[in-house]
Amino acid sequence: MDSELPALLVLGPPMVFNLFQSHYSHKYRFLNAFSSHLPLPQFLQTQQTHPSSVRAILCSPRQPVTADVIRSLPSLGIVATTTVGADHIDTAECRRRGIQVVTLGSQFAPDVADMAVALLIDVMFKISAGDRFAKKSIHFKPWSFPSGSKLGGKRVGIIGLGRIGGEVAKRLEAFDCIIMYHSRNKNPSVSYTFYSNVVDLASNSDVLVLCCPLTEQTKYIVNKEVMLALGKDGIIVNVGRGALIDEKELVQCLMKGEIRGAGLDVFENEPNVPEELFALDNVVLSPHAAAYTLDCFMDACEHVAKSLDAFFSSKPLIISPIT
Amino acid sequence: MGSISVLLVGKVLPYLEQELDKRYNLFRGIDPSQRAAVLRDHAASIRAVVASSSGGPDAALIEALPKLEIVSSFSVGVDRIDLQKCKEKGVRVTNTPDVLTDEVADLTIGLILAVLRRICECDRYVRSGNWKKGDYKLTTKFSGKTLGILGLGRIGAAVAKRAEGFDCSICYYSRNEKPDSKYKYYPSVVELASNCDVLVVACPLTSETHHIINREVINALGPKGVLINIGRGKHVDEPELVSALLEGRLGGAGLDVFEKEPHVPEELFGLENVVLLPHVGSATVETRTAMADLVLDNLEAHFLGKPLLTPLV
Repeated sequence: MDSELPALLVLGPPMVFNLFQSHYSHKYRFLNAFSSHLPLPQFLQTQQTHPSSVRAILCSPRQPVTADVIRSLPSLGIVATTTVGADHIDTAECRRRGIQVVTLGSQFAPDVADMAVALLIDVMFKISAGDRFAKKSIHFKPWSFPSGSKLGGKRVGIIGLGRIGGEVAKRLEAFDCIIMYHSRNKNPSVSYTFYSNVVDLASNSDVLVLCCPLTEQTKYIVNKEVMLALGKDGIIVNVGRGALIDEKELVQCLMKGEIRGAGLDVFENEPNVPEELFALDNVVLSPHAAAYTLDCFMDACEHVAKSLDAFFSSKPLIISPIT
Repeated sequence: MGSISVLLVGKVLPYLEQELDKRYNLFRGIDPSQRAAVLRDHAASIRAVVASSSGGPDAALIEALPKLEIVSSFSVGVDRIDLQKCKEKGVRVTNTPDVLTDEVADLTIGLILAVLRRICECDRYVRSGNWKKGDYKLTTKFSGKTLGILGLGRIGAAVAKRAEGFDCSICYYSRNEKPDSKYKYYPSVVELASNCDVLVVACPLTSETHHIINREVINALGPKGVLINIGRGKHVDEPELVSALLEGRLGGAGLDVFEKEPHVPEELFGLENVVLLPHVGSATVETRTAMADLVLDNLEAHFLGKPLLTPLV
């Protein structure tokens, strides 16, 4: 019977929700608050659910779990989000109430790293441009080859050597790239050359790959000075956040040839993308899809399901929550 | 050397053509009527032929050039050249191995990612303004997949090494099993195709490997399988490939080569699971320049009586 299933209040909804619901509809009674304009208490009334029977929330950055939401649910014990960050959850309030907050771990790092490498190779060898060209006519004419050469020997500067940056480094090492990095702190367990200054990193790199989180310190970490230091043969790949790069400057540098090209999965004001980029062949654009693989989404769903399972059966969580 | 007659029979980098023109008495015979005219007047003086992936001397042409001493190919694949005839006549043959191995391997991984992760489609999605209407759909993860390599030569091995960085499992088919290889060997192409997620064609084109990718292999690769061809168009039965893709019997394809280049099957244009490239292969100006220099250096060595740099025959 439906009423015997534990209630799961869903805010957002998370990108993975359709997949999650289709796989776990037998385990939870979904309360899809995201689909209602009503304030939470009224919404719960329409679902014949008393606020005190809601013990779990599944959420995403689209709909914040504020202190108000938390206070209106006296039995709330767990908040699960399908992101790594928890900025959209009032974690202080959760701590006060002893509510567990579960985030994603490194499930999607390989997928994001794959995207970074995909974008880099595409820019270097003009794969998307070539595909556009080949699909224009049934007889392809002579093709204008990009200048440059193989990835081997290229110096790749990774900005942010966390889980994703580490996976990018591992992949590019197999292409014989030379890995260097800039991070908040030097990592003693890696032998890659560390640069405490991003401009210095850029001056000594052929490629910059952005893999760090967006914070006050990292906003516009790639600015005009960095791009000019990278130089006319340089390529930028961004799988972090759009605002890591000064986008207006980036567009200018690309149009003027101050850098060779860019592979971008993220933008300052998604889903808006500077239209000047659409005419360029030295740019590859992706709709924030670095983690959008079926495998990744399934992993995320499983992680959330396991955490909720453990909570509802009063077992300790397998992966420690962040509070 | 300016008096030595050289015949060009395949499309090459403009730099190579210019250098050949400067150094030798160059005759252009790429198109058949051009070639016929050259043969009529100069067949008896031609001492070298420069070939490429788009054209090389067959038995008839070799017979028609009594003074032919060397064929230097601007490519690593020499399927356009009648090697047997060259051997018989004592004609030397050189190609351009190694200089392009890494780039072709880099491009291969790029093609695999482009197909599985729909990179080109994602780029189209953004440029067309469709992202404003909603997110692009879920694609297929590459890391951890099983890669099947047809032909574990220089290029195949270089592709394998890169794929290992993505935690891929590697298996292969080759004429003979390689005892020193750590990768899993399958004794037939169909078995290889049945046991991998992505199949890469990286062997030379010979009479044995013509249409080595046929209906049976394509069906074995299956609705989730991806075919990557960076070898020669004739490795693949192209009409079979097209129908398999249209019918969904094959999951996707990344093709740099086609049976009748520069002709490309139009039916593939609208397919989001297909990436097509205009025979990019060795991919960049720098590598092609290195290949061109190898052609020139081989010719020079030959005419100076020095050892050839990269002889095949």
